[in-house]
Amino acid sequence: MKNYLLRHLQNFFGSLGSMSRQLIPTAMTIAVIGIALALPSALHIMVLNGNAIAGGWEHIRNFSVYLTPGTTLDYAERLAVEIENHDSVQSVTVIPADKALEEFQQSAGFGDVMATLDKNPLPHTLVVQPVVDAPPATLRIIEAQLLTQEDVDMVKLDTEWVIRLNAGLDLVQRIVWIAAILLIGAVIIITGNTIRLDIQNRRAEIEVSKLLGATDGFVRRPFLYIGFWYGLLGSCFALFLLGTGFMLISGPVERLSGLYGGGFQLLGMNQSTALAVFAGGLLAGLGGAWSAVARHLSDIQPRV
Amino acid sequence: MIRFENVTKRYKGGHEALRDVSVHIERRELTFLTGHSGAGKSTLLKLIALIERPTRGQVLVDGRNIGRLPDRQIPGHRRQIGMVFQDHKLLENRSVFENMALPLIIAGLSGREISKRVRAALDQVGLLDKEKKTPRALSTGEQQRVGIARAIVTRPRLLIADEPTGNLDPELSLEIMQLFRRLNDIGVTMLIATHNLELVERIGGRRIILDEGQVSAPS
Ligand SMILES: Nc1ncnc2c1ncn2[C@@H]1O[C@H](COP(=O)(O)OP(=O)(O)O)[C@@H](O)[C@H]1O
Ligand SMILES: [Mg+2]
Repeated sequence: MKNYLLRHLQNFFGSLGSMSRQLIPTAMTIAVIGIALALPSALHIMVLNGNAIAGGWEHIRNFSVYLTPGTTLDYAERLAVEIENHDSVQSVTVIPADKALEEFQQSAGFGDVMATLDKNPLPHTLVVQPVVDAPPATLRIIEAQLLTQEDVDMVKLDTEWVIRLNAGLDLVQRIVWIAAILLIGAVIIITGNTIRLDIQNRRAEIEVSKLLGATDGFVRRPFLYIGFWYGLLGSCFALFLLGTGFMLISGPVERLSGLYGGGFQLLGMNQSTALAVFAGGLLAGLGGAWSAVARHLSDIQPRV
Repeated sequence: MIRFENVTKRYKGGHEALRDVSVHIERRELTFLTGHSGAGKSTLLKLIALIERPTRGQVLVDGRNIGRLPDRQIPGHRRQIGMVFQDHKLLENRSVFENMALPLIIAGLSGREISKRVRAALDQVGLLDKEKKTPRALSTGEQQRVGIARAIVTRPRLLIADEPTGNLDPELSLEIMQLFRRLNDIGVTMLIATHNLELVERIGGRRIILDEGQVSAPS
């Protein structure tokens, strides 16, 4: 039993040694596996970040109703009460044109420019806060109703693009899955092919081993170990690529986020994605080795 | 130890390499298998090592009908037999030591036991100082001696050799045959296929002559 384990260990690291003797093809295979694993993972992390962005805005479903410039504040207040009566609306705040101008001057630093205008260009505005679970469809009906009002100039429904973003992210996530499956398939083929060449190169050894009474398991084992190493090293390389990519974009993303008022934290590699990378890598490496071994080892029978 | 009972071997394509062969080889016997080229000598040895299976009849090794052995039991069967080949079948890119260690690794022996046995076997063929060399660095005679050492390193009770002196000059051939004689003296059953009749005469031992796939003169 002890011998058996020892033999496995020797074989295990011995296969690493035999790979290192063919450094360039080995490195190329590992690189291809790493890239193939890194691509869908990077996409997946992008989707996670997109979800975080969309999630951050989802609860901001308030929308603004801009009245035609020149309408009276009185009218604005009457419309506010009317909108508030709606089941899906929780509250309506009236922002008079004067106050809007004041805020605008303070927040945007356009004070001097605005001061030169002799007339306030801003209309009265109503900010509508829907109830928490108001369905987007209902909000759109309210929007349509408001737009039929004579003195309503524009309704800005912010939820719209959040919904679109979510739908887009769902689509991308699905593409991630498809890409992951296709790429793992490709990696299985690549590893399988590399190991097939390896089997061919070691044909004499396999033949002689079979003559000397080696079992199929004995002959198979080093190639499965090689597949395992390809998968493991390829996964490590994928993580390295993802880490490097993250480092390269985190600076610019922070700057961009700062321009939008900050608050957005770029999500990097998480545990489950890392696990998925390793699972995919090992699946691909061992799967490739297994397919090569299953197809090509039995072809090699000793010729005497 | 080995018994062929009415064995016929027909290869794909219809050629009958062995026809109704019945022979019996006793334990500890030294037997030479002779006959013209194409007589079926190699085929007979291949049936013993289960490289081929008999078409008809029974091949019994130690009383077991190996013709019926399931595929997965072939490796275990081969580990009981030492095999020597005309082209020695050593791995060119491995040292003598590694070549010798292979059957022991396959048999699952520990590292220390492997070193011990490899050195003992190399000593038996007088090549103890060559363990680090690759086969290419050896003479053909030495290569064949390593091939024999590899066949006996697992201490099999049966050794089969197919034209072991086919590539060697008369002097080296004699040397190899004397080596077989010595191994036989320590109790190994041997079956050696050769067409070198002169050498067989000199070494002495039992002869089985094959002719067109049939035993022509069992003795
Ligand atoms: N794998 C094979 N397929 C078809 N015919 C074969 C095969 N091996 C040997 N033979 C034929 O069987 C006959 C016996 O061959 P073999 O046993 O190699 O004879 P020997 O070793 O005595 O020279 C020969 O005619 C040979 O051509
Ligand atoms: Mg022959």
